[in-house]
Order: sequence, then structure tokens, then C-alpha cells
Amino acid sequence: MSLVFAGVCSHAPGITGRAERADPEVRDEFYAKLDEMRQRLEAASPDALIVVAAEHFANFFMNNMPAYCMGMAEQYEGPIEDEEWLAIRRTEVPGNKDLSRRLIEAMLGEFDLAYAEEWKFDHGIMVPLHFLTPRYDLPIIPVNVNCQGPPLTPLARAYEFGRALRRACDAQPERIALVGTGGISHWPATPDSGTINEEWDRQFLERFLANDREAMTSYTDAETFRDAGQGGFEIRTFITVAGATEGSTGELLFYAPIPIFAVGCTVATMNV
Amino acid sequence: MSLYYVQKLLYQLNRDRAVRRRFEEDRDDLLDEYVLTEEERRAIEDGDVGLLYVMGVNGQLLMHYSALLGQSWDEYIAAMKEGVKKHGPVREGLYTLLEDRES
Repeated sequence: MSLVFAGVCSHAPGITGRAERADPEVRDEFYAKLDEMRQRLEAASPDALIVVAAEHFANFFMNNMPAYCMGMAEQYEGPIEDEEWLAIRRTEVPGNKDLSRRLIEAMLGEFDLAYAEEWKFDHGIMVPLHFLTPRYDLPIIPVNVNCQGPPLTPLARAYEFGRALRRACDAQPERIALVGTGGISHWPATPDSGTINEEWDRQFLERFLANDREAMTSYTDAETFRDAGQGGFEIRTFITVAGATEGSTGELLFYAPIPIFAVGCTVATMNV
Repeated sequence: MSLYYVQKLLYQLNRDRAVRRRFEEDRDDLLDEYVLTEEERRAIEDGDVGLLYVMGVNGQLLMHYSALLGQSWDEYIAAMKEGVKKHGPVREGLYTLLEDRES
């Protein structure tokens, strides 16, 4: 079959863990748009969901850091975080080892991605799943792009990774959905937590939604760090989704800075 | 400075229940396995989140350590701010990326 759905959303732990501290009106609208994304995802009847995440040292550390890695397990578990802190209960999440293996084999001809038969999900995947597959009944295939421990993969390379991922998906019989999760500008878990550069976010989103490859991959890491914080490095997950939907544009369902969630909360879908 | 090993310890604490158990029950023995300066070891033993932040520990590791210590979110943010006030700006690691580029 092919890629049947693509989208992006935020994953900050505050979205669930500090829910009661946000302005209820904005928060509930954000949650409603995440639910609309869930409905669109379900309407596409996917057999599996690839989540392109920017994990935060749940599985990968500077002792052996892959630029790109795909999970290849029958089952995953998460969250690694304290259940009460994140307000998400620890659970097992189904995978699809056979589909993972075929995707990895298809990609290895053009991309030296790593694979992992063990993977513990952190908030970067669990927060999106909490809203998008709340029954944890859809097989998940996790993909990680290193956005935490520099040196990081170049943005243009993340776009190419998305293109390769698309070709691999299109070669499989299954109906595959794709969700990228990351922040745009944010300074998570630092004294500057809650700072959000809305102007920078909106400019990036404009480039992303127009699938303007040149513009969205033109930021240097030093510029991103200066204007969008270290959390801004996570635009690689959005850029991967744009690469997978090259030639298509997107629709923004929601964007609003929610400081107590420490990120400009975003929900968008891309045409496939 | 051995920021790498400070972060490695926090990484393993965050994801591994067995390491957390050793941290509670046999802390000295666990810490002996990591290459730590005296200051680093003391900061970990004292749960000095502010000093660990100034040493350059990535917040994505540090916030979980803070949660493990039982700090609230506001206490965590306040501890980092206090650390900077007391010990000066972050010394190395991700948050000095721009300084590193310029030097």
C-alpha cells in the first residue's frame, strides 16, 4: 500500500503532567485538536504508525549515539518517567517486528540507520500516543532522530531521511501512518523553561506547511540554539515528515504558546 | 570535570529500576563505578540540582533526577536559578554551545 497519513504534534511532558496548571480554555482547545488528529488518523485505517521522535536519553546516550534509529521489536513499554509526574500509566505498546525489518532493509540501501530490538518510550512518544492511540491498540514503529546530543544530523539530511522513509513505506503492502513529534522553539527543563519564540515558530511552521525544503533546512544549529533554544533542534522530526511528504503541503490545526507546557503547542497534518 | 559520567549515571538512574534500587540501598558502591570528581560526587550525594545544572548536565536528564528526589516542578526550576546565582553560569555542555563556537 503506501503512506496513508502524516502529521506532527508536540510532546512536552507538561502537556499531560502539568495539565491542571494551564489556562483551561487554551488547553482544552489544544486537546480537542489533538483529538481531531486522532480521528483523521483513524479514518485513514492504518495498520501501523511510525512515530518519528526526538527522545531524551531514554534509550540512546553519548556512549553510542545513532543519528537515526528504528525500533524492531514486537513490543515496547513506556513511559520511563514516573507515572504520576507524567500522568500517564506505564503500559505495553505493540510493535510490528516484521514490518520494521522490511522497512529497515528497504532503507539500508540508501541510509545507514541503526535498529533497536529494545526500546523504552519516554514522554516524546508516550504523550502523542496518549492522545492519538489512547487504547494502545495500533502497532507502533518508533524512529529516533538524535536531537539531544550534538553533533546532530544536518537538517537537509533529515529531509532526505524522510524521503527514504517514504520510499520504504510505499514498497510495503501495509497501510502506514507517520507522525513526527517535537517542539519548535523551546528551552525545556532549564531555568528558561516557558520561554517560547512565537515569531520564530510561526515562520518555521509556514516553511514546513508549504513544504519549502530550502527554507526549512536553512537554519544553522547555532541560529536555532540562539533563537529557538536547544529544544529547537527537534525541528528535525518535523523536517523528516516534510521529506516523507515531499511535494505536498500541510494544514495547521492548532498553534498556541502554552508556557506551563514549555512549548508552542502544535497540531498539524500533511497531505500524503 | 567528567560531565559525561555524571550524565551517564543520571541516564541509568532514570531508565533502570535496578540502578535506582542500588542508589537507594548501596549508593557508595554504585557511585564508585563512575569516574567522578569530588565536587561531582558531592553534588550527586547532596541532590544539588543547581550545581549539577551549572556543571552542564542536560536538563532532559536533570529534570528526572529532580523528580526522583521528590522535587516539584517549581522547586526544580528554582534550584537551577539558585545554582546559577551561587556558582555562576553553566560551565560546559550543551548550554555553552554558542560560547564554544565563538571561542
